Amino acid sequence: MAHDSAHASHEHEHPTWKTYKWVALWLTLITIVEVWAYYIPSFVASAAFVPSLLFMSAVKFVIVVMFYMHLKYDHKLFRALFTGPLIIAVATLLALMMLFRKFAD
Amino acid sequence: MRETDRSGRPIPTSVLSLGVPPLVTAHAHAAPAAHSGGHEEHHHYTTTGLDNRKIAIWAFIGSECMLFASLISTYLIYKGRSLVGPFPHTEWTNPQTGQVFKPILNIPVTSFSTFVLLMSSLAMVLALAAVQNKDNPLPANAGLGDRMLASSKLWLWATCILGAMFLACQAYEFTSFVHEGLTIKTNLFGSTFFTLTGFHGAHVTAGVIWLGTLLAIDYKRGLGPKDALNVDLAALYWHFVDVIWIAIFTLLYLIPD
Amino acid sequence: MATVAASPSYARPAASEKEGFMAWLTTTDHKKIGTLYLHTSLFFFIFGGLEAVLMRWQLMKPNQTIVTADQFNQLFTMHGTTMVFLAIMPLSAAFFNYLIPLQLGARDVAFPRLNAFSYWVYLLGGIFITLPILFWVAPDGGWFAYAPLSGRTYSPAINMDFWVLGIQILGISSLAAAFNFATTIINMRAPGMNLMRMPMFTWMSFVTQFLIILAFPVITIALVFLQFDRFFGTNFYQVSAGADPLLWQHLFWVFGHPEVYILILPAFGLVSEVLPTNSKKPLFGYGVMAYSGILIGFLGFGVWAHHMFSVGMGPVGDTVFSLTTMLIAIPTGVKIFNWIFTMWGGSIRFTAAMKFAIGLIALFTIGGISGITHSSPPSDLQQTDTYYIVAHFHYVLFGGAIMGIFSGIYHYFPKMYGRYMDERLGTWHFWLNFISMNLTFFPMHYSGLLGMPRRIYTYDTAQGWDTFNMLSTIGAFLLMPATLIFIWNFFKSKKGGEPAPANAWDAATLEWSIPSPPPEYNFAKIPVVHSRYPLWDLTHPERTKDVPHTDEGMRHTGEHDVVDMHIETERRTAKELGIPMPSSTIKPFWTALGIVVMFTGLLIMPHNKMAGLVGIFTGAAMLVGFLYAWLTTPLEEHH
Ligand code: HEM
Ligand SMILES: [Cu+2]
Repeated sequence: MAHDSAHASHEHEHPTWKTYKWVALWLTLITIVEVWAYYIPSFVASAAFVPSLLFMSAVKFVIVVMFYMHLKYDHKLFRALFTGPLIIAVATLLALMMLFRKFAD
Repeated sequence: MRETDRSGRPIPTSVLSLGVPPLVTAHAHAAPAAHSGGHEEHHHYTTTGLDNRKIAIWAFIGSECMLFASLISTYLIYKGRSLVGPFPHTEWTNPQTGQVFKPILNIPVTSFSTFVLLMSSLAMVLALAAVQNKDNPLPANAGLGDRMLASSKLWLWATCILGAMFLACQAYEFTSFVHEGLTIKTNLFGSTFFTLTGFHGAHVTAGVIWLGTLLAIDYKRGLGPKDALNVDLAALYWHFVDVIWIAIFTLLYLIPD
Repeated sequence: MATVAASPSYARPAASEKEGFMAWLTTTDHKKIGTLYLHTSLFFFIFGGLEAVLMRWQLMKPNQTIVTADQFNQLFTMHGTTMVFLAIMPLSAAFFNYLIPLQLGARDVAFPRLNAFSYWVYLLGGIFITLPILFWVAPDGGWFAYAPLSGRTYSPAINMDFWVLGIQILGISSLAAAFNFATTIINMRAPGMNLMRMPMFTWMSFVTQFLIILAFPVITIALVFLQFDRFFGTNFYQVSAGADPLLWQHLFWVFGHPEVYILILPAFGLVSEVLPTNSKKPLFGYGVMAYSGILIGFLGFGVWAHHMFSVGMGPVGDTVFSLTTMLIAIPTGVKIFNWIFTMWGGSIRFTAAMKFAIGLIALFTIGGISGITHSSPPSDLQQTDTYYIVAHFHYVLFGGAIMGIFSGIYHYFPKMYGRYMDERLGTWHFWLNFISMNLTFFPMHYSGLLGMPRRIYTYDTAQGWDTFNMLSTIGAFLLMPATLIFIWNFFKSKKGGEPAPANAWDAATLEWSIPSPPPEYNFAKIPVVHSRYPLWDLTHPERTKDVPHTDEGMRHTGEHDVVDMHIETERRTAKELGIPMPSSTIKPFWTALGIVVMFTGLLIMPHNKMAGLVGIFTGAAMLVGFLYAWLTTPLEEHH
């Protein structure tokens, strides 16, 4: 397919149309599954619903960041600049949920 | 010319020649994305070999994580705490008027707009790749697919249009909510919903303007590898706005109270 | 095509030897911007000090009527807001601007125009939030503006509007500056200066930038909610609509606690420069100092609810936040010991800067200890909202941040102006300041433990508070002459101080290797760094034999060849040396003004919708227009 040769000049592996296409496919598939799950009342009522939805969106989040934002390939400094704040942000969110008793029920 | 320091003393050559690895070897991205404005006169030393602006945009994105974490936290804290309807996932009957309000979220429309935004990210990476590869001539027998992939204008247009479609869906959603009786003042859900999604929408709008500017430059003088960094910055911002939406879609639209 | 990634490409100044007012308005030179920050923030420091003196005058004796209850509310709100956002933070920013590029061996910051923008937003935002007190319509909800109290329902007048919008404006300035300095420190270090060779001030500033980057978005959002509530009738803090009255408190302190470290860490950095220089020894435990700074920054995000022990978070919340608060005292205490060991066995030179640095160690320790006494919820319940808390945070902020900043000013004045400050006056300033500071704030520990609440505008006699209040007021009055001595010294020494050489204090870091004041280009050639103390390697090799030396990190720098470490005494112009400098521009100023006009429009909206809308749209148009013009003009001019 498309000009993979264009990337040959880079010393490092570098994502190409093939990778991008697969990522897009996965994003679409996961989104379909998520919405589908939303329409199954018995599943929505089950304890597995929220965790599985969180997991699926986390996967989408991670593959966009890794492949489309090139964090998998790029300088490790960028990884640090992103994951550090992300961890603090998620930790703060979770702590606030705890303080407002969102996990109590 | 022999280097001298200020006192005129020659600097030992050992100091000058010590370890002179070309700066860029280590970083796959720094190389093509290095220079932005197309001005070639100055080679500026940076400690990491990376461009200042790319470091700044990642720091900015880190900051935005906290911004959206605050918005999302507030949405979640207030989830299910509105005193009056309409509610997002459940029906509500106004005790005074007996009027019935259906669950207000429109999952089909939002699923579609989510898909649109995800695809805009695909268009965005392709736009960046096209810009980065501008200097690699297509083989003579290149097919339509290859020609399309090499067109930065095509993918920039696609990104902008998909972004605008997302915004149109949001505009539709907002107006229909208002018609159904939910405004930013109605209840806690209205305040948090419109503010959170509105902030996201404002980010998308800024992104569309940014990409539109790049598109205009592409038409004016053609974007080439030397502009790749500028496109990269816009792309990082765009994808980030996309991943925030991934979180919002799940937390706000799909998970009921 | 460049083989080296681009930092901003500077062009030769286009005959831009502008002087006077326009030169300041259009400058992109980090040293000039630092000077602007320094003078502006000293002005606000004095302004905020006068507000405090008025309060102390009112509280000197029971049942006084110097000011009304209403005016008193405005005074304590504006005093706190001014000192935090308009004095200490920008005083630190003055040093970020002036010192970070010099300590790194760089010719400017990463984004010189953004830097100018930060300053102008700060100045205009400062004016925006300060003007109303001249007419007694200033914000009156305390520096933490607890909602719902600060919402429209309970604060219907324009007063809190100034606060809500003003802090939002100032946040833009801090954030823009933080991205700039973080990038500068990551990417503009001289060859050979790896992270573990950065001067400690730059290290602490580095941590501070990340605290700003991560803490300010939270207050931004909390303020957006409050703005929406006040201007558009949303329900975020509207208890009648089911809102949680603790939401603002949590969001505010998620920002607020990192904010107190934003205030103190730069001062810690400054004394970490002053102490080794004047003890003629390397900093004790450099690595521990750096890591404890990072740890403080990280833990700083996990302690916020210690400001809220009295709201009833339940046993788990109380315990967790109590423990993290006690934990964070450890890296803080480690720093104290490191400074003491730095001085230990050194041959100490008691300059004014050194006196202030030692003052910081003593006074901050007292504040740190009182901090630990309220890290435990049961004892905090006795102390919270009393003058004991006021004593705590003034020991850490006045005794810590302000003493550290004074230390920095005395120490770096010769670098900034090429002249020493008067040491004799400096000593007078120190002792008068030290004594009156303790006279003001030490008695507050007692009045607080005796139950005197903070933020009351007067009190009745016979509660055992009279003497302590009298003492505090005498101390506050004495702080005025102390500050006056400093101001006089500052301006007198600029003109007539004893001339200072490049390395005014025989110090060890790069900023001392160039002329005082530094030329516009800072470094004629970029020096190569082989250790943490490059200048001592040259002048006092015996002091640095125990610190690591390597050639690691040494690289060719592109357009300018590197040069061996030396003390530069020659001063030429950038033009003569062929060094491209960023050209000056007015656009950041207009962009900043656009933002302030926009917020002013919003301020007017509830009173005159038409005028308000005109303001908002004019401001937004200015903002967008000038921002576009700025971003599409290269930093350099081409020939
Ligand atoms: C040893 C480390 C520290 C500990 C354990 C500590 C602990 C505390 C606690 C528990 C409170 C809340 C008291 C209450 O309101 O009941 C407090 C208040 C405060 N602290 Fe600290 N603190 C420390 C260091 C600092 C530093 C370094 C600063 C700033 C430079 C600072 C500034 C403040 C301020 C401004 C307040 C009062 C905020 C307000 O209510 O207006 N503290 N501290
Ligand atoms: Cu705190």
